[in-house]
Amino acid sequence: MRIDNEMKLEFLSKSQNESFARSVVAAFIAQLDPTIDELADVKTAVSEAVTNAIIHGYECQNGHVTIVSKIMGRTVEIEIKDYGKGIENIDLARQPLYTSKPELERSGMGFTVMETFMDNVEVDSQPGMGTTIRLIKTFKSM
Amino acid sequence: MNVGFDFINNKLLIRIDGDIDHHTCDEIRSRIDNEIMRRNPKNIIFDMKNVNFMDSSGIGVIIGRYKLIIDKGGLAAMINVKPPIKRVYDICGLKKIIPIYENENQAIQKI
Ligand SMILES: Nc1ncnc2c1ncn2[C@@H]1O[C@H](COP(=O)(O)OP(=O)(O)OP(=O)(O)O)[C@@H](O)[C@H]1O
Ligand SMILES: [Mg+2]
Repeated sequence: MRIDNEMKLEFLSKSQNESFARSVVAAFIAQLDPTIDELADVKTAVSEAVTNAIIHGYECQNGHVTIVSKIMGRTVEIEIKDYGKGIENIDLARQPLYTSKPELERSGMGFTVMETFMDNVEVDSQPGMGTTIRLIKTFKSM
Repeated sequence: MNVGFDFINNKLLIRIDGDIDHHTCDEIRSRIDNEIMRRNPKNIIFDMKNVNFMDSSGIGVIIGRYKLIIDKGGLAAMINVKPPIKRVYDICGLKKIIPIYENENQAIQKI
């Protein structure tokens, strides 16, 4: 599909960048005039993926997180990438309520939230190399 | 991030102001836990009127406080929940454990 617009953002894995990252993505996709609900869904899904990169990917050490977002017609694709720890078992990680950090009071619902709020969630991960999450959503026609 | 409290009929009203995410949740958690320790309420009511964003980090905080309070035989409730917060609440199955009431008076009467 033809790419109508694209942006790239790179930032340090600091928790104060979580709200910055989701706000930037929201501002970028606002050009498609999504509904308030659609915009909130994307913001929440991006927040889940960025938070996972910081907590699980880098285990709160410094690293770089990149976000590449593309607009194709009324479809938005958002790739959130870290170069951290990676995921050993992706199927297990995606199970509702699964968390590798229960001691941090995590609920294990991040992937479930992403899957519910987006049309499609693809996970690409290599232990020791990092993780890429691709979030895809097509907005309703205006 | 700001968390305000009111204490009415042995119930602690927890008024959270701002986004609840991984960045803010540690402070929210410790503020609430300090107040629970200090006041020892029977029940807790989360007032979400000034919360416009919450992700699964917030769900972790809320379920954690719920567990604290039910361990002491109490109950938890929520009020003034905005649509985006309600969506996350629904997905995470909070309905079964933390009821939402229409307003403060109702919550205080019901729990
Ligand atoms: N970027 C990542 N790098 C390494 N591991 C990850 C990454 N993202 C997710 N995981 C793994 O997948 C698990 C499930 O992620 P999910 O977001 O569903 O839950 P959580 O982050 O543990 O809890 P919650 O999101 O509810 O606070 C994590 O506990 C972690 O083990
Ligand atoms: Mg998560």
